[in-house]
Amino acid sequence: MTLTADTPDTTTGTTGTGDDPAPRTHLPSYDADAPPRAPRAGLGRRSPDELFVRVGAWFSALGLAWLITQRLLPLEGIPWFVVVWFVAGVVVTGVATAMTGTSVDVKDRVAAVVVHGAMVVVLGALVSVVVFIVLQGWRPLTNANFFVDDMSGVGPRDSFDKGGVGHAIAGSLVQVGIAVAITLPLGIGTAVFMTEVGGRFARIVRTVVEAMTALPSIVAGLFIYTVWIIALGQERSGLAAGLAISVMMLPIIARAADVVLRVVPGGLREASLALGASRWRTVWHVVLPTARPGLATALILGVARGIGETSPVLLTSGSAAFYNSDPAHGSMTSLPLFIFDSVRSGDNALMQRGYGAALALLLLVLVLFVVARLLARPRGNRPTLRSRLRRSSSSRTRKAS
Amino acid sequence: MTTTLPDLDRTERSEADDQPRRLSKRSTGADAVFVWSVRVVGASVLVITGGVAIFLGAQLKPTLDRYGLAFFTTQEWSPDTDVVGIAAVMLGSIAIGLTAMAMAFPLAVLMALYVSEYAPARLRSTLVSVIDLMAAVPSIVYGLWAKDLIMPHSSAFARWLHQNLGWIPLFDVPGTDPNAAIPDSTRYISSSFCASIAVAMMVMPMACAVMRQVFSQTPQGEKEAALALGATKWGVVTNVVLPFGRGGMIGGTMLGLGRALGETIAVLLIISPVYDIKWSLTEIGSSSVSALIAGRFSDASDAQLSALLAAGFALFLLTLAVNTVAALIVNRSRSGAGVDA
Repeated sequence: MTLTADTPDTTTGTTGTGDDPAPRTHLPSYDADAPPRAPRAGLGRRSPDELFVRVGAWFSALGLAWLITQRLLPLEGIPWFVVVWFVAGVVVTGVATAMTGTSVDVKDRVAAVVVHGAMVVVLGALVSVVVFIVLQGWRPLTNANFFVDDMSGVGPRDSFDKGGVGHAIAGSLVQVGIAVAITLPLGIGTAVFMTEVGGRFARIVRTVVEAMTALPSIVAGLFIYTVWIIALGQERSGLAAGLAISVMMLPIIARAADVVLRVVPGGLREASLALGASRWRTVWHVVLPTARPGLATALILGVARGIGETSPVLLTSGSAAFYNSDPAHGSMTSLPLFIFDSVRSGDNALMQRGYGAALALLLLVLVLFVVARLLARPRGNRPTLRSRLRRSSSSRTRKAS
Repeated sequence: MTTTLPDLDRTERSEADDQPRRLSKRSTGADAVFVWSVRVVGASVLVITGGVAIFLGAQLKPTLDRYGLAFFTTQEWSPDTDVVGIAAVMLGSIAIGLTAMAMAFPLAVLMALYVSEYAPARLRSTLVSVIDLMAAVPSIVYGLWAKDLIMPHSSAFARWLHQNLGWIPLFDVPGTDPNAAIPDSTRYISSSFCASIAVAMMVMPMACAVMRQVFSQTPQGEKEAALALGATKWGVVTNVVLPFGRGGMIGGTMLGLGRALGETIAVLLIISPVYDIKWSLTEIGSSSVSALIAGRFSDASDAQLSALLAAGFALFLLTLAVNTVAALIVNRSRSGAGVDA
């Protein structure tokens, strides 16, 4: 802002009518639109010097890396080059900063470089996983029959337009369906018990449930194998696999639902009780609807965990190459088990199918994950599609009656 | 006509009037049904989950009757000669878990710091989702990735370690000469080291998610106070964020370790089973409890099956201890409030 109108000014500074030229008290006025006299120092913006040090360090490190890996030390290959480049970049950044700044500056900038480097490593690892699976597994996926056909009568020499993993996808869905049918009511019921009823017994239940989240998934599978298949003499089936997944998922879902229900504001409960609602009405109409997005997220993340878990299924379901719609009898393959078997087979074409199944599994988990994110998003004021539909249909019925 | 007002300031108040009105806490009607039904659900879950633990624990007895206390000290697992023991597989599990955490811990801390402190604000929620997504990727996918993409590089790196740091027993591979003209690269694959890379990928996002949540709860006022006193960003991190989040860091690491100890498929895909206690991480051959169970359950006799279950129970106790310590640390620390892991 600049100060203008230091001199007496007839247009702005005076209120006289012209007959009285005597100067009155003069108020300075500020012109908000005028440009500043001197450019303000940018807060947080990097000075050219700093920018030069930051960027230049990496170029100099690139040269150093070439010198070290290609001329000085016997470190061959691109991975070594990248590693040396990074280390040299950190060193050069530190040295260049030390030339102008203090040790505090050096620490700050080197730490920032290292943190960013770790981010690149982590994201790079994720990208490499996804790209690797896609590159290895896209070929079988280009045929639509991969998603619907089963592997019965398909030999290792057959091309990818024959056979598929439809049976494994169906098996995965059936087994996870069984697990959800068991764990959803039990898990949420237990969470309701732990948060809404409480008492000493609820504390015991909570302790045991939390302890059981530590159960390794393979041990859950071995438990079902010993009890259901060996002791009770049942055959390996989709039901057994579903039970094994349930044993693994139940503590996870119960615990996650417990966390979600505990953050429902107590004021909502008290308001409902104060209005005379009974406890179960409060739970049914206030607590559970409030927690619904969180519960949905907990469930879907539990499902994503259960659908990708191989070890309980490995022991209990048995592998089959065909569709099996009966979960109680006969072997039923699921996606992770199909991947495991085909990768272990050592056969090249089958391995490619295994990678295709891995890609399908990855996509399935991704879809579940996106759905969970969408459900968990805090609802804005915008009316949802469902409530709008309901409102319009109710107004229509009112008009009709 | 006079209205008689209730005498509000009675003086002859008796002791009995000061007693609070008795409220019945017992629920009636539908509420009683509700309370009892959820109590039954809770009890059934207690029976199911507790039953698993008790059943597993009960398997210790036949195992100890048959194999004696040597079960805990025997290294071999050879069902043919009926000599089984869990010393080697237990240490194998611990070695893989600790190596994985040694790789995952620095990455998890730095990534959590990046997300909570360094990342641009508009990228933050996306990065949080990406980390959660990484935690949801099935372990068999990480197993495939480590086996087919990483193993050649990791074995080359293992040979380099042997060449340069071979005097450390962890990186020594007995029986080979790393400087030979044609090195025996098959001695460096399928090792604990390679398996722990896959496990590290699996547990890193989990530990990172816990740490990030704790870091993001750092009081804004304390951070701004540090900045106002002239601290750099790194100064804020070391003096405010890290001390505040110490409990979450330790807790997240322990939770990751608990998961790493029980990981099966990625380990099973990569290692080639050897039931010896060995110092070397990079030599071919290793074992873990879960890989042992997955590999040996189908040809086990009844006694060996209960031995496998006992091994599983020992693993469960180990992960339970680790998780309990983690929960205690997270809850005790100042940063524990509202952290769900």
